[in-house]
Amino acid sequence: MSDEKLELAEAHTAVDFMASIRENIQACMQCGTCTGSCGSAYAMDFTPRQMWRMIQLGLVDEILRSRTFSLCSSCYYCTLRCPRGLPLTETIHALKQLAVAKGIAEKKGARFYQTFLDTVRRYGRVREMELMARYFLSMKSPMLPLSFTPLGMRLMIKKKVSPEMPKFFGPGKLEGIFRKVRELEARS
Amino acid sequence: MKYFYYSGCSLEGTALEYDISTRAVMQALGIELIELDDWTCCGASAAETVSELLSMVLPARNLALAAKMNMDCDFLIPCSACYLNLRKVDEHIGKDEGLLEKINEVLQEEELSYRGGIKSRHLLDVISTDIGAGMIEARVNRKLSGLRIAPYYGCQALRPYGGYDDPEQPRCMEPLIEALGAEVHPWAMAAKCCGAGLMTTKKEIAVELTGELLKAAKGADCIATVCPMCQMNLDSYQRTVSQAKGEDLRISVLYLPQLIGMAFGLPEKDIKLELNMAVSDSLRAKL
Repeated sequence: MSDEKLELAEAHTAVDFMASIRENIQACMQCGTCTGSCGSAYAMDFTPRQMWRMIQLGLVDEILRSRTFSLCSSCYYCTLRCPRGLPLTETIHALKQLAVAKGIAEKKGARFYQTFLDTVRRYGRVREMELMARYFLSMKSPMLPLSFTPLGMRLMIKKKVSPEMPKFFGPGKLEGIFRKVRELEARS
Repeated sequence: MKYFYYSGCSLEGTALEYDISTRAVMQALGIELIELDDWTCCGASAAETVSELLSMVLPARNLALAAKMNMDCDFLIPCSACYLNLRKVDEHIGKDEGLLEKINEVLQEEELSYRGGIKSRHLLDVISTDIGAGMIEARVNRKLSGLRIAPYYGCQALRPYGGYDDPEQPRCMEPLIEALGAEVHPWAMAAKCCGAGLMTTKKEIAVELTGELLKAAKGADCIATVCPMCQMNLDSYQRTVSQAKGEDLRISVLYLPQLIGMAFGLPEKDIKLELNMAVSDSLRAKL
């Protein structure tokens, strides 16, 4: 597929995806219980309530540019308390997926999760030490690891994490499952 | 009583003492834990930010491994995020018919399949519902008298599904703490969020949330947790949080089964207090 066609296909997927997100939120009546229940709302540029309205209005770019959805810690208070019973936390996960798919996800969060899944694909389980090392490498930020060094040292002293040789070659433990998921998702 | 035991990745690393103490307490109570040798990661909070299907398939793979063993028992899961992910599979396939088919198409890659129906339960649910404070109390031989414990439940052990306790004002840890001979520190933060994964990606917010928790815990001798992520945020960043808040917020943080193990008089090798990041001298003196 040419780049242009690929971009077009991606744009269509984004539109479909957004339509399903919008459907989730259709019944939101703007009561604001979600915002009042959100521990991170104080640091958001748009409150959760405002963001649902923006979804209803189809303001996709504005939403994806905001930091609101990336500050969700998945505490599920909003989902639990929503008087309309809307799947709010899951909607935020869907927005995160959309941001990752469009390659505009806020760098730290997206890199961390991609690195995380990459270690799961390779080993089947998470190797905490390697995960953090890879995450720091992918961020190319010399100051970032420093802020985690004291903790890393204490964890190593307690032998809770240990450096292991990373495995770069050969098929990953969950290679088949990851490939099949991509295949099914491309089909739909 | 028998359960499939899903420890999850954290309990092999940063939460080793949670794994060791859970196994020891279950053994002391005569409960059998069935291992799934080939278990893999549940997807944590990463899979759901990348692919909806992957976030279902990763936990379902573990349920399928258990299904293959053909035994009628529930899953026992100490980690709140693992618990939520495994439980999510059955909650979702009940609502979306095509989903199970898709999951199985992927699992076919490993010649596995899942039909649904295996119950995923949090360790706290099993301890408070199936075992109960009475059975715990009967086994106590070294009361934790004089200890004031703040019960911390966090989020995903309770929400969105819950079922075994009130998802906003949980109480189920209180009779357990009293059964150990300790006193409950009453606080309003028992089910508030610690910031979870934001500690890695949006540190300033997690520091703020954790700070509020540690402030409210003042007056307690220790906080009891039931999740490796909560434990990590509460016990490993106390210096950073104290600096940010401008006050000394250091406090001991222990996993609930460690406290139970201590009251059972289990040896140190079963409790592994030396692995915790925050255990104060004053707590050690009281023990």
